[in-house]
Amino acid sequence: MRHRAIAGLLAALLASTAFAAESGKDIVFNRSQGNCLACHGLPTQPDAEQTGNSGPPLIAMQARFPDKAVMRAKIWDAGASNPETIMPPIGKHQVLTEEEIDKVVDFLYGL
Amino acid sequence: MKKCLVAMAGVGLLLGAVCANATPEDDRLKLVAYFKNKYPDIKVEVSIHGALAFDPDAMSQYRSIMEFPPFLDQLDKGEKLWKTPLKSGKSYADCLPNGGKQIAGNYPQYDEARAKVVTLEDVLNECRKANGEEPYAYGDPKTMGLLDAYMRTLSDGMRMNIRVEGTGALKAYEDGKKTFYSRSGQLNFSCGSCHVVAAGNRLRSEILSPLLGQATHWPVFRGGDTLVTLQKRYEGCHRSTRHEPDKAGSARYNNLEYFHAYMSNGLEMKAAVYRK
Repeated sequence: MRHRAIAGLLAALLASTAFAAESGKDIVFNRSQGNCLACHGLPTQPDAEQTGNSGPPLIAMQARFPDKAVMRAKIWDAGASNPETIMPPIGKHQVLTEEEIDKVVDFLYGL
Repeated sequence: MKKCLVAMAGVGLLLGAVCANATPEDDRLKLVAYFKNKYPDIKVEVSIHGALAFDPDAMSQYRSIMEFPPFLDQLDKGEKLWKTPLKSGKSYADCLPNGGKQIAGNYPQYDEARAKVVTLEDVLNECRKANGEEPYAYGDPKTMGLLDAYMRTLSDGMRMNIRVEGTGALKAYEDGKKTFYSRSGQLNFSCGSCHVVAAGNRLRSEILSPLLGQATHWPVFRGGDTLVTLQKRYEGCHRSTRHEPDKAGSARYNNLEYFHAYMSNGLEMKAAVYRK
């Protein structure tokens, strides 16, 4: 009984940690995951501090990318559409998993 | 027929035609023109200060810290290492041209006889071996780093003066250039991605220093007391961009330094400076 309670508590903790780690915003902000803020500003996100300026600010993404798949493709391998870009190929080089990229895309598309 | 290196295509187009048969001097002049065009307000002579050249507040902080640097005790230790006679009774000054003064800008050099690039740190280690001592580990801040930091102050004010003459030298230079401009690693960055294309931009809150002038101020004391030599910085740069780093002193890093230093030819050197 007691073991089951502890196991349940652990499962709940793990689930909450996993949930926190898996939000699109967290992946974008996390330095060891997306670390998108290293290069991109997020002007509509007041908690996006110390953002870099080597890439364009991430704002009005729906207007800039009417086709969401085009934006996803940019993140997956920006070099495919622009060989000059210095943006890392986030999907092609497995910086993030496909699932993580989907979450990032959903988050960014709301900006 | 000019043969452009495919690996350089990314920054190559920005720099104009960077081709395998461009001379080192062509490369340098193109780089100077590129930065003049990109940042017309920053004089080439100021680029020796790296990221500081883009940030007047940081530059003024640098100047006040340099009035009484927190690393003076480390330079004293370096001076002691420099002045302590080697086992043979000879000193480092005996091994080096001009007693080690005003020479740092001549290194790295290409050694025809040994068909390889020789750094100033190589000369120090060769001097140790020739005089009965074990060589220092190139990346060790407590030995080679301290010795290097002091010895290079003897060349303060000298202008970088790297020579690339002959086919062997050119091959080594081209190899260093390839290392600088080739994109690899998980993030697919080359050194040039950050220090040519994005130079002057911010990465988070840090300004990316430009290739031009970058090799003139080493070693640095990061945060005021952490000694970092140029090739140790290569290791750190490679690590943080998810490349496989070499160890300081490798042939690849020596060739990289050869190219890197050449790009700063004509610019004033100063050793042992404060950096963030």
